[in-house]
Amino acid sequence: MTKELKISAKNLNVFYGKKQALFDINLNIYANEVTSLIGPSGCGKSTLIKCFNRMNDLVDICKYSGQIMIDGQDINHSSTDPVSLRTRIGMVFQKPNPFPKSLYDNIAYGPRLHGMFNTKEDLDEIVISSLKKAGLFNEVKDRLFESGTGLSGGQQQRLCIARALAVNPEIILMDEPCSALDPIATAKIEELIEELKEKYTIVIVTHSMQQAARVSNRTAYMHMGELIETGLTKNIFSNPKHAKTQDYITGRIG
Amino acid sequence: MNSIIKRNQREKRFKFYGILAVATAILLLVILLFKIFSTGISAFNQTYIGVKIQIQVNSDISNLDPRRELRRNIRTMFPDVKTRSEKKNLYSLFSNGAYYEFEEMLDNYNGEKIDGYYYFLASDDLDMYFKGTVKRKGNSAGRIQPSQMKYIDMFENMNLIELKYNKYLLGSSDSREPELAGILGAIYGSFYAILIAFITSFPLGILTAIYLEKLASKNRFSDIIETNINNLAAVPSIVFGLLGLAIFLNFFDLPRSASLVGGLTLGLMTLPTIVIASRSAIKSVPPSIEEASIGLGSSKIQTIFNFSLPLAMPGILTGTIIGMARAIGETAPLLMIGMVAFIVDIPSGPMDAATALPVQIYLWQDSPERAFVERTSAAIMVLLLFLFLLNITAVYLRKKLEKKW
Ligand SMILES: Nc1ncnc2c1ncn2[C@@H]1O[C@H](COP(=O)(O)OP(=O)(O)OP(=O)(O)O)[C@@H](O)[C@H]1O
Ligand SMILES: [Mg+2]
Repeated sequence: MTKELKISAKNLNVFYGKKQALFDINLNIYANEVTSLIGPSGCGKSTLIKCFNRMNDLVDICKYSGQIMIDGQDINHSSTDPVSLRTRIGMVFQKPNPFPKSLYDNIAYGPRLHGMFNTKEDLDEIVISSLKKAGLFNEVKDRLFESGTGLSGGQQQRLCIARALAVNPEIILMDEPCSALDPIATAKIEELIEELKEKYTIVIVTHSMQQAARVSNRTAYMHMGELIETGLTKNIFSNPKHAKTQDYITGRIG
Repeated sequence: MNSIIKRNQREKRFKFYGILAVATAILLLVILLFKIFSTGISAFNQTYIGVKIQIQVNSDISNLDPRRELRRNIRTMFPDVKTRSEKKNLYSLFSNGAYYEFEEMLDNYNGEKIDGYYYFLASDDLDMYFKGTVKRKGNSAGRIQPSQMKYIDMFENMNLIELKYNKYLLGSSDSREPELAGILGAIYGSFYAILIAFITSFPLGILTAIYLEKLASKNRFSDIIETNINNLAAVPSIVFGLLGLAIFLNFFDLPRSASLVGGLTLGLMTLPTIVIASRSAIKSVPPSIEEASIGLGSSKIQTIFNFSLPLAMPGILTGTIIGMARAIGETAPLLMIGMVAFIVDIPSGPMDAATALPVQIYLWQDSPERAFVERTSAAIMVLLLFLFLLNITAVYLRKKLEKKW
């Protein structure tokens, strides 16, 4: 079965000032799959994932060369507006970062920003369905108007996922979404990822081999800014082609 | 074992030094406040002399000269006063304000019979003597001559000298005569100046801070600007006065002594403080919040106005109010742009010639009349009150805005 290509990076080099962070990355990410990026700390996972929604534009010293195509369109091309690009791509960060607003306003922020509804009822509907998709609705349904910062860490992270879902993106980027969470909250988020991949394309950075093995269809292993190996998760974990990958997944480096 | 005891002793000693330092500071503050309050509080009351006023029912007062009429009433109380110099001594116990007060009384005359003791403003010399600021020596006290003391004693024997609330102090503008001098004009002047300083420097400061912190690319040029802004905050305020003089008066030809110019000058002076406070407040907004906003597809400007600025607002406001508090107490730059003039009218707008509270204090402490001493302290009390209110506002706004988030 052939999967539809969603994101592809071609000969991507990224520099922070003089320091090169990514070397000649070629990576394909397919629609409705979970792709996980693994690799030792500082190898450039976050840098790569931030290239996909051009978050690196915010860093003055960050420069690119090469191409990133999303749906066949070069996102670094001058005709691509980074703001509208980011509405197609949701991002969940390592540390839960809810806005210091009510739960409702947190989720309604994106739809309000982009005028994605006509009536107040539409907006309520978006908020509720996003919370349901993120599996948070039952826990918070009677405190929608309390501050989002009053939730537990895991709830906050699911709130951030709900917030990203509310603008109806095609792709969701997750940068170590579970690193601040306990195993139970982590399990909930993993379940959620499982459900979300039906509708979205998901890229997840993780430090946990088990997590990568559990949730992802494909895995890419990076080392010192280079993409060492990429393939179906089951192949990477059972039968890595590259010695470095082998070392990393068996815990000898990282 | 020994070293632990030593360490504990050292900590105790440092704590003691700390308490000592705080106590010294508080003590000095208390002494200062005590001095100002004890000197200034008496200015809020003023000496008045009772005069028996008689006006018949339905008198025609339209042609009455209030000055002569009041004097006639005073003289009626002392039938023995005959000679010119005796009269002069008697009248000199009253302030010029007494005649204005009497005129006002006549203006309000509604045809009913008036017969009784009414109180009129005494001269500053009598006031100083009656308040005990100037001590009596024999039959004279300060500038009061024995020939005047005679009448004072008579009034006192009749129990006709009284302290009443000094409506001039907070209700009128400056005057050559201390008993008529007030700070209302200066309060207006300060108010307009601060308002204008705020209107100009607050938005300008915030926009500068946003630009430097969020929009400008970091290069040599922005480094130079940054250093200069930090240096500007340390420039002596009188230099800003010169700047205001050169720009607003000489170049733009704005009216001299106007609180508009004072406000613009103070605004210039406060600008660096606001920029620095705003920058550090904006800088301390968690980047994760801004990333989340950008990640949801907000533009940079939307992120700034939806998150960075509201989250930084408590810090920005605190900085601004501290800057404003400094501006409100500033004298030197106002001297340079001519707000130091003797101004009797209450300014009706920022374009009118005006003076400001600290300048008024400066002018009064320089006046030879003894009665200006207590007024200077009273004006300082009012200034301190305003500073106190500003600080309360800062705390309140801070609490309120922080709660909102
Ligand atoms: N804003 C920045 N400025 C300069 N260098 C940066 C910046 N961000 C990242 N780097 C550098 O780029 C390299 C890759 O960093 P990146 O954050 O992508 O690593 P990572 O794989 O996400 O690591 P971790 O697993 O610890 O999150 C690192 O050497 C880092 O020092
Ligand atoms: Mg990272």
